[in-house]
Amino acid sequence: MRGLDEKALQAKEKKAGLGQDIDLSAYESKPILHDYVEDIGTLSEADKRRMILAGVDATETDRSGTYIQKDTTAIHAHSKQEGLEVMPIKKALEKHDWLKDYYWKLVGVDTDKYTATAQLDLHDGYVIRALPGSKVIYPVQACLYLEKEGLSQNVHNIIIAEEDSELHIITGCATAEHLRRGLHVGISEFFVKKNAKLSFTMIHNWAEEMMVRPRSVGRVEEGGLFLNNYICMKPVKSLQMYPTTHLVGKGAVARFYSLLVGSPGCEMDVGGRIILKAADTRAEIVARTISNGGNIIARGDLVGEVPGIKAHLECRGLILNGGTIHAIPELNGKVAGVEMSHEAAVGKIAQEEILYLMSRGLSEDDATATIVRGFLSVDIPGLPPQLKAEIDRAVAESDKDMM
Amino acid sequence: MLQIEDLQVKVGDKEILKHIDLEIHQGETHILFGPNGSGKTSLLMTIIGYPQYKVTGGKMVFKGEDITHMPIDERAQLGIGVSYQRPPTINGVKTKQMVQICAKEEVDVEALAAKVNFSEFLERDINAGFSGGEIKRSELLQLMAQDADLLLFDEPESGVDLENISLIGNMISELLQRDFKLNREKSLKKLHEERTKMGLIITHTGFILDYMTADRGQLLYDGELTCASNPREIFTCISEVGYEECVRCAV
Repeated sequence: MRGLDEKALQAKEKKAGLGQDIDLSAYESKPILHDYVEDIGTLSEADKRRMILAGVDATETDRSGTYIQKDTTAIHAHSKQEGLEVMPIKKALEKHDWLKDYYWKLVGVDTDKYTATAQLDLHDGYVIRALPGSKVIYPVQACLYLEKEGLSQNVHNIIIAEEDSELHIITGCATAEHLRRGLHVGISEFFVKKNAKLSFTMIHNWAEEMMVRPRSVGRVEEGGLFLNNYICMKPVKSLQMYPTTHLVGKGAVARFYSLLVGSPGCEMDVGGRIILKAADTRAEIVARTISNGGNIIARGDLVGEVPGIKAHLECRGLILNGGTIHAIPELNGKVAGVEMSHEAAVGKIAQEEILYLMSRGLSEDDATATIVRGFLSVDIPGLPPQLKAEIDRAVAESDKDMM
Repeated sequence: MLQIEDLQVKVGDKEILKHIDLEIHQGETHILFGPNGSGKTSLLMTIIGYPQYKVTGGKMVFKGEDITHMPIDERAQLGIGVSYQRPPTINGVKTKQMVQICAKEEVDVEALAAKVNFSEFLERDINAGFSGGEIKRSELLQLMAQDADLLLFDEPESGVDLENISLIGNMISELLQRDFKLNREKSLKKLHEERTKMGLIITHTGFILDYMTADRGQLLYDGELTCASNPREIFTCISEVGYEECVRCAV
């Protein structure tokens, strides 16, 4: 740990390569204590409503476990299923020595000032782990909730799908209704072991003055599958992330799907990078972005390092009501025998499609909304129906704001 | 009833329909013939209400309402339905959802789809990668759900394979209340008299006439309706001597 602190200290002032630089001293980071909540059904109705928008259901229907962090404090963590562990990372680091083999093993602690802060001033975060061979059919839900105005919430999450296990996680970040300004720094490290399957669906519901800097890296071993879905359709001031996944074992597969809506005043710089390092690995990155007046940079980067890999990148953008979309798809084939492709398009809604729907009786507004919903509806193979429903709900919800 | 009086239409600066007069009475189906570029599709698009077809003169009245400048969606709600020749693909909008959109109320989409042999396409994005025949069946399915009173068909038989052409022909016939199925309660004559649906069908090949009856044929030549007669007669005439004969009538 001391080594980590030293490295972090050296990176304390290191600006990130992408995204607007944030003055960390402008945010509070002193711990905000909240009581542990044994029964999450007793949370306030207002909190529950905000959490539901991020896919976190206080009734725990069709969920196999829950982690909730409010501001800097883990207020709830438990697993409903055998073979599944859900725990706050601070406690887990004290208790479990094995966690050191995962902590900061994928994300470099000295990547930038945000990773440094997450080490030097860690609030909490979750460790979710499916034990070897266990199939967690219902999703685990995790919520990082921000209530304190002007707070910098620094979290570190570690997700482990052990060999032959199956794990689905829905994680929502949300802010209290009144909250305007804050910073979220989130480190996530994903370990998908041999023949394991992990789906990770993240729904973000931020506030208009929120700055968000996630830093995440995944590693997928032989025969493993990692599905990573990211949905952010609510206003946020500045969001920059470039999650990266390494496919290190034969036949490993990673798929990234992201749905972004940029409202006025919002800056989003969101990418996805998958590095294919082993034979027969497959990767797919799909992004759908809508600018409603905000500025969106949609990056994608596929790196093929060995022959026989297949990878595809698809980035489509719609500029609805002003704003900009900058699509930057990159393919990097490092040897002969790779098969990589990309398609990118930025445009508007085709008049022909609107008229087609209108000639079936829809008003112009309803026709537009139908097309936008269609644009955002991406079929994600392997995603459990409950999570599909959560994504559909987020899309339907954003629709109301957009139109 | 659809009443078109002295209709003149421009697309951009180009005059494409000149002084069209056409009446389709309740229960009537008309077949619209004409060479390529004569304005057949333009006439359909104008009746549906596509904004790029600018009406510069004359008027259109449907069910007693002046629809000349009515928005496209209001015309659809008033009961005008169309089967397109090349409808656009809408990504992420499922065929099933489209059928539901067409119907004003809840409909049994599965049952309707079974009638046009289209059940396996319900979960596909509308028109995405559909073949010619699949597009026609999808369009018919939507029309069935919409339950329109005036049905416009733009070449319903083009690109359809032999196996499906009778299915499509018979379905159009049924939609226009022109099928001759025995009915215990009413005589066929009575049913004929009670027909309410109106149809206007563009055809190149005339194949559709093998599957259904029609009341009148209309020939559109260079933006004008030059001839109205028995549809079979017009079709036979065109087959024998081609559209060149129309030149004589147009002058």
